[in-house]
Amino acid sequence: MLRRKTIMRTALALTTGAILFAPGQLLSMEAEDAPETVTIDSLASLYEPVEFNHLMHVDYASCAECHHHTTGVKVADPNCIRCHANTPEGDDVTCVGCHEADRFGKKYLAELDNPVLYHIDKPGLKGAYHLNCIGCHQIIDGPTGCTDCHAMTEAGEKRFNTGEYAPKGGAVSESHH
Amino acid sequence: MKKLNRRSFIKGGLATTAAAMVVKEKTSAASGDFDNYPEGMGVIVDLTRCVGCRSCEAACNKEQDLPEPAVPFDDFSVFDHMHHGEKRRTDETAYTVVNRYDTPEIDHPLFRKIQCNHCNEPACLTSCFVNAYTKTPEGAVIYNAKVCVGCRTCMVACPFYIPTFKYSSAFTPRIMKCIFCYDTRLKNGQPPACVEACPQEALTFGRRKDVLKIGKQRIRETPGKYVDHIYGEHEVGGTAWMYLSSVPFDKVGFDTHVPKEPIINSVKEFLAMVPMVLTIWPGLFVGFHLLATRKDKVKEMEKEAELKKAKENDEKEEQV
Ligand code: SF4
Ligand code: SF4
Ligand code: SF4
Repeated sequence: MLRRKTIMRTALALTTGAILFAPGQLLSMEAEDAPETVTIDSLASLYEPVEFNHLMHVDYASCAECHHHTTGVKVADPNCIRCHANTPEGDDVTCVGCHEADRFGKKYLAELDNPVLYHIDKPGLKGAYHLNCIGCHQIIDGPTGCTDCHAMTEAGEKRFNTGEYAPKGGAVSESHH
Repeated sequence: MKKLNRRSFIKGGLATTAAAMVVKEKTSAASGDFDNYPEGMGVIVDLTRCVGCRSCEAACNKEQDLPEPAVPFDDFSVFDHMHHGEKRRTDETAYTVVNRYDTPEIDHPLFRKIQCNHCNEPACLTSCFVNAYTKTPEGAVIYNAKVCVGCRTCMVACPFYIPTFKYSSAFTPRIMKCIFCYDTRLKNGQPPACVEACPQEALTFGRRKDVLKIGKQRIRETPGKYVDHIYGEHEVGGTAWMYLSSVPFDKVGFDTHVPKEPIINSVKEFLAMVPMVLTIWPGLFVGFHLLATRKDKVKEMEKEAELKKAKENDEKEEQV
């Protein structure tokens, strides 16, 4: 069923930029063409990178639900359809291709000044990941706790005063849910 | 050092000329000129996005060098703790806190982050008679600990119960509240630490007028998701931090009875009196009482503390 040759093409980290697909695919991309896993490590500092099992998620959502109008699969959101009813597969289907990593940096905020820009409220990279993942996980009862998807690093423990760095002499967390 | 400042300040307040000067400054501050900062920054907090992860609290704690918390920031039992029947509030150890609200309207809890709202016309600023507060062109309401005399007027004047105090000793009071990360970030054009930490982009930072536009776009383009109101657009004359919610704001702890005009307009007369009142401390505390009763609930404790303070001040005056 699955066409392994294309599946195995890549497990690129999203930071490294575009995952390139063969030219000539003008219409929609097939789910089977996608990488099996994607390492999401571009923002990792307080948490370890996420090994995202792309293959498994293909069973849960259509391409458009996460990749919007970039894979040539028809989008469902009525707001998107206004302009993207017939948008073909894009050159870049990665998250970071559209979602700015430094969402609130001076440079990107200045870009938003363009008076004809419609997408003034495109989530940044971190927001895009979490809103998309957690948004869906809440609906289908997937994991939603921070460490359900990425383990905390030492820097994270320091930041959150937890684990090794938990407050001394205080009652300590039994936390989650 | 502080002691001296305080004494000389009180003496200065006695001089009519000094008093006149203060009146003048007060008038310009009260006349609503803060619209002069159209490029001021702001944040729109989207309650539908917040998942109560407390990353913002942890980030603020480190950025502002605040004391170690009592429990870890990944301990979510704090949402169940009530203090005197109330949810958590900001204090001298936490400039921001997140609270959980279980509302019957929806099947999952909502979370609300609290911090200083950085009002366009801050009641804390206009009520402070030593001008310890400043609204910066970037939108932050900051304070100068050096001139603060610890009278707590700002604490009573703030419609959102934000300023708190740290007393290392009776004579070195220090206002403690969110400063929009002004010193370390905002003045360099960087987003606040809490905004940067939020995984859900529940906090959207930009020029106030731009994030307002974003908020309106969200309401318009996702019909049914939000109540058609942005809290802080007009409340108390407009605030730099504003809120979007999927349930009526009073269901998630917002005071929906705050006036739509700056607080200062309703207390202007009292404030014009303030410099004169400097010579008659008891009168000042009548003023405090006026301010206090304007808000519906003020901690008994605070009043007691004020009275104690008043007594101290009276004694102090006698010495002077
Ligand atoms: S919220 Fe309170 S402390 Fe903050 S600026 Fe407004 S009046 Fe001042
Ligand atoms: S803006 Fe800065 S000081 Fe204010 S709550 Fe956020 S991190 Fe804390
Ligand atoms: S970091 Fe964001 S999502 Fe987490 S509690 Fe704070 S505002 Fe809510």
